[in-house]
Amino acid sequence: MSTDASRPIAALLIAAAVAIVGVLIVVPLVAVFAEALAPGVAAWWRALTDDPDTRHAIWLSLTVAPVAVAINTVFGVAAAWLVARFRFPGRSLLISFFDVPFSVSPVVAGLALVLIFGRQGLLGPTLAWLDWKVIFSWPGLVLATTFVTLPLVVRELIPVMEAIGPDEEMAAVSLGANGWQVFWRVTLPNIRWALLHGIVLANARAMGEFGAVYVVSGHIAGATDTMPLRVEKLFQEYRQPASMAVASVLAGLALVTLVAKFVIEHRLATEARDLERARSADGTTHDATLEAA
Amino acid sequence: MSIHIRNVTKHFGTFAALDDVSLDVADGSLLALLGPSGSGKTTLLRIIAGLEHPDSGSIEEDGADITDLHARSREVGFVFQHYALFRHMSVFENVAFGLRVRKTPDAQVRSRVEELLRLVRLEGLGGRKPSQLSGGQRQRVALARALAIRPKILLLDEPFGALDAKVRVELRQWLRRLHDEIGMTSVFVTHDQEEAFELADRVVVMNHGRIEQEGTPDEVFDQPATPFVMDFLGNVNVYHGRVENGRAFWHGIPIDYPDYPHAQARDARVYLRPHELELSLAAEARRRPENSLAASVVRVSRSGAVTRVACRPHGSDVELHVDVPADTARGWTLEPGTNVAITPRRARVFLPGPEYVI
Repeated sequence: MSTDASRPIAALLIAAAVAIVGVLIVVPLVAVFAEALAPGVAAWWRALTDDPDTRHAIWLSLTVAPVAVAINTVFGVAAAWLVARFRFPGRSLLISFFDVPFSVSPVVAGLALVLIFGRQGLLGPTLAWLDWKVIFSWPGLVLATTFVTLPLVVRELIPVMEAIGPDEEMAAVSLGANGWQVFWRVTLPNIRWALLHGIVLANARAMGEFGAVYVVSGHIAGATDTMPLRVEKLFQEYRQPASMAVASVLAGLALVTLVAKFVIEHRLATEARDLERARSADGTTHDATLEAA
Repeated sequence: MSIHIRNVTKHFGTFAALDDVSLDVADGSLLALLGPSGSGKTTLLRIIAGLEHPDSGSIEEDGADITDLHARSREVGFVFQHYALFRHMSVFENVAFGLRVRKTPDAQVRSRVEELLRLVRLEGLGGRKPSQLSGGQRQRVALARALAIRPKILLLDEPFGALDAKVRVELRQWLRRLHDEIGMTSVFVTHDQEEAFELADRVVVMNHGRIEQEGTPDEVFDQPATPFVMDFLGNVNVYHGRVENGRAFWHGIPIDYPDYPHAQARDARVYLRPHELELSLAAEARRRPENSLAASVVRVSRSGAVTRVACRPHGSDVELHVDVPADTARGWTLEPGTNVAITPRRARVFLPGPEYVI
């Protein structure tokens, strides 16, 4: 397709893409690390570990995100299975609902949670009677994080499960497998890379979530501040080196995610090719073994 | 194990996939469900396997009602159209699957799987992944996997559909021998009449969710019960004629049809297979044989044992297809325009009835 006329245009477009990626992504990322490490690695480490509130924020992020991701994984697999394997009224509406967290501003999501679980909220009296604290507390953080990451796993799984189709699962059933055996031995191995992909994306989003968590946390230092909230608070308090140190941890997580994503996507592409090959009518190879029969 | 299907109906939305179907499959027989796509043959197969549940009607095995028995308890071997091999498992583990989920001891699994891989002539390939096999090999893995659990019934959905012609014929003959060795009741679905007729003891022709005809291959081929069966079994000349006084008229030529002795003429369709028409050269038969039709040749294709001739009767624009044994046609000069005489040897007549739909 590269005719002589299209070559200068192609070069121009490539240059534009490289420039945009450079200015918007590479330079800021490098700047975060440069700024964070400018006072030296030792100072960077002290900025992260000396302040108990910062330590707590890191700890909180490392506990809230995995719980939210775990909930998402269970929900995602179940919902994707439902949507990919069954046809029922309201199915496409349900699929659209999975996307709501993508289109709703996280702040609105946080407010909605406060409206339901807050002291003046719908479930407020019940929760007060049970003496359960959701808003301004750990469960609220998990709820908000789960909400904003909800589409990531299920969206990843639906197309893969639809592409694979129900035949292998039905074959397993006809061979005598029960529901759990079908899931663990056939369904899960087939979707494992897509599931991992969804988990990695959901985890990255969960670690970085700011808006929804900001509303439900009440940003109590040392209690409900997660890493992104801590970055903001330190920044507002003119403690830029500490703020940059925490920010660099978040950015580092993003880089790890990027590498994981790259590896997993490579595996996914391989699996898709295998599936394609398995489907194709590859009967052309002559069966020498049968002729001997 | 015999199978009895009683008045089974199945709808998908408003589409009637099966409409009051009843069928008996004798113990140890090999039966073909033959029909075009959408005729309900695969749905019927899946209902026998328990992969679909009928809206009404029942399925019995040796007299025991299994309609509500879950697929995993039916002990039916099912070979899927695209084999549905477990992609992430080796050939060995694929075949072993049914035994593993039954918690069979390892040593027993090993010996059974090896025995089956020998049976399907895939010894030594146990370590391969399905993606590393040819289509025919995958087909045989699917078969071995289905046989591993010693099923009482073997069901195959378009077992040779995805294979090329040569492998298909080899596998067909091999499957027939295998069936004769094991003697298990088997049902397979196909849209290929040649496959059904070569492989099966009995053929069931389906259309629009109903059974059009059931019988041995000879019965179905020689005495098609309906116009659909006649059409579906391929290559037939159809003529819109009439019947009266025990005779049907085909291009004005009378053919005996004692089933309609009435004097009042009625429209009818007359069906003749290409080999049921006899062709002679008009030049040779100076006096055209009695009750023959004058026609001229349109096309000739000499392919193997038969020479296929397309002719057009004089004063008509329909095309007739006639098969002439190659030995007979060898000395003849047959080219477009040659004058020939066509004599009907045998015909089937269908009167339009209330259920006459094509």
